[in-house]
Amino acid sequence: MTTTLSDSAKSPGPGARERSPGAHGRASARRRRIASQWLFVAPAVLYMLVFFSYPLVRNVVMSFQSYTPRTYFTGEAPFTGLDNWRAVLSDELFASSLWHTLLFTAGSLLGQFTIGMALALFFSRRFPLSGVMRSLLLLPWLIPMVVAGTLWRRVLDQETGVLNEALQGLQLTDSAIPWLSSPDFALLSVVLVNIWIGVPFNMVILYGGLQEIPKEIREAAVLDGAGFFRRFFGVTLPMLRPVVTVVLVLGFMSTVKILDLILALTNGGPANATETLGTHTYQLSFLELDFGQGAVVGNVLILISMVFAVIYLRANREGVAQ
Amino acid sequence: MRDRLLRPPRGVPAAAAALALLCAGCAAEPDPDVYTIMNSSTDEPYHSWDDEVMKECGERAGVQVRQLSVPADQLVPKALRMASSHSLPDVLVLDGSDMPQFASAGGLVPLAELGMPPGELSDGARSFGSYDGTYYGAARSVNSLGLFYNKDILEEEGVEPPQTWEELRASAERLTEGDRYGLAISALSTEDGVYQFLPWLWSNGGDERRLDSPESVEALEFVVSLIEDGSASRSAVNWTQADVNDQFIAGNAAMMVNGPWQQPVLAEHPDLDWGVVEVPVPEEGAEPVAPIGGTTFTVPVDVEHPGREKTAGRLVECLTEPQAQLEWSTKASNVPVNPQAAERYREEVPELAAFADQVETARSRTEHVGTDWNVYSQAIGTALQAALTGEATPEQAMSRAQSQVRQELRSRR
Repeated sequence: MTTTLSDSAKSPGPGARERSPGAHGRASARRRRIASQWLFVAPAVLYMLVFFSYPLVRNVVMSFQSYTPRTYFTGEAPFTGLDNWRAVLSDELFASSLWHTLLFTAGSLLGQFTIGMALALFFSRRFPLSGVMRSLLLLPWLIPMVVAGTLWRRVLDQETGVLNEALQGLQLTDSAIPWLSSPDFALLSVVLVNIWIGVPFNMVILYGGLQEIPKEIREAAVLDGAGFFRRFFGVTLPMLRPVVTVVLVLGFMSTVKILDLILALTNGGPANATETLGTHTYQLSFLELDFGQGAVVGNVLILISMVFAVIYLRANREGVAQ
Repeated sequence: MRDRLLRPPRGVPAAAAALALLCAGCAAEPDPDVYTIMNSSTDEPYHSWDDEVMKECGERAGVQVRQLSVPADQLVPKALRMASSHSLPDVLVLDGSDMPQFASAGGLVPLAELGMPPGELSDGARSFGSYDGTYYGAARSVNSLGLFYNKDILEEEGVEPPQTWEELRASAERLTEGDRYGLAISALSTEDGVYQFLPWLWSNGGDERRLDSPESVEALEFVVSLIEDGSASRSAVNWTQADVNDQFIAGNAAMMVNGPWQQPVLAEHPDLDWGVVEVPVPEEGAEPVAPIGGTTFTVPVDVEHPGREKTAGRLVECLTEPQAQLEWSTKASNVPVNPQAAERYREEVPELAAFADQVETARSRTEHVGTDWNVYSQAIGTALQAALTGEATPEQAMSRAQSQVRQELRSRR
């Protein structure tokens, strides 16, 4: 723009002869620019198509097919309309696994976030050994889910578990608590273990966010006579909002699809008390080998995640706009 | 310009996708002298033992044999993927309860066509390798369940190994003391727990096809009674069979239901003096019916190379001949299926002889319900847990299981 202006200012001549090659040059330059833009976009688009769109579309199509082991040999997967959807949605187990997934996700996020936030606030004041303690608290995050699940299964064992022995030793409970062996407790226990796993992630991200808040603002609030809670809810939390959204949405998406932890802890039991959408789709596809019905549950899970992905994107855009 | 940006170039991804499909579709031409056997022997020493016997059989058939081992829970998904790209191995070692899935899809060669009739196998062993009356899978060694008991504890309490349900209930109660339970079982909702429930169900005349029959309900009531007596731990609903073994070794249980494959672990504790008897039956003289477990050697259909099928058949024959059965069973603590081999096994491995007896009358899980076993298994697992946790009475749990099976099977037809 500026160059054009200065060019025309320098040579205001008749230009009819000059303009056409100039316009031509501009057009080819534009084409080249578009081509190079596409080159930059192409890898991402290709990646998305191959690794996201294709499996996604396949999964949706599969949910309308009778897709069984036979399909792998014959290549035939007859379309059965809404049969799979009807079968899955009318199954009581689907309703209860949806409910368990909701409880599990809400409970996990609430616990992880609250404790993570408390720890982040705690560590945001400098004190000796705070760095060491902070890195030690990261350990649960580094342990593979299956290992954590197996260890906790031992800890929570009704008779030989350490937790019950400690509780009974401290006289906190008379009888051993059936953490994983009663349908009434199992979901709660699984949520507690998941909170233990998720706290470090929340703490680290929120701690990082707290560091970004300028010290002066806090000092100003202190000078204005704001107490701890007033400061937290009036200053810290609003300023942390973008970070909080990121933590909650990422936490949501990794929690709602939970599979490995539950498989290691309870296998969806006892009596399906901890069956979630993740374990349900696993069970249908890989244990009952009914890939069509498994795909239905998988699609529901994708749909739920998508809703929250959209919320995340909007929140992010607002954050940028601000 | 905007239009152009929004319109995706159709050619590129389509070509890439086509290329990818092409590569997936055309499996590499197999080396004519190299044969692949896919199994789940990922653990040592089993993998090297298998390497040895496979090499020997390969030499006899004049080919080279390559062993490809994948973790047990990934074997079926992997084999299915290979089937869709026509690249199945020459010999596929499948768990007995997964075999019908492949046979019903027309993916396996009937072994009789390769000169291997089931011969003199017991009915149970024959049904174990068969789908819909056709014999597809040759077993090298199988397993079943038995009642392990701690000899020292039983002697101390003056208790004889129980043979009937009544005796089991009484002795389990007597052996329960302090931190120690009389009996340890697995009642996990997965195949571990279901497998362990089958001896009670079948020996009582119950049947997976009639889960709400009085005999089936009675079997569940019996298992519940053991937990309610306090003779078996409520944690059974979370225990795998390996956990049960750990409890037994730790002295937390005087008896346990488990399989012969635990023998190597038990042998690591020489101070533990144990014995095995058959799983107790409802009444004296009743025939015990336990499940047969284990793997079978199958030959996947290879339309393009029928000659390979023949050689693969020779490999299977060599790997499962009576002498090979005896050697493998002795090493791997399993039981041979060939009657003569089983006879010699009783002499050579007397401590596990009870399993050889058990296998004679044992039944295969897929004998009646074939490819639908997984549906039944899910339903039984849920019923077992519902009843053991008190979430439902045995009767409610079993009738729910029956309707769950009915509904699921209807949706598949």
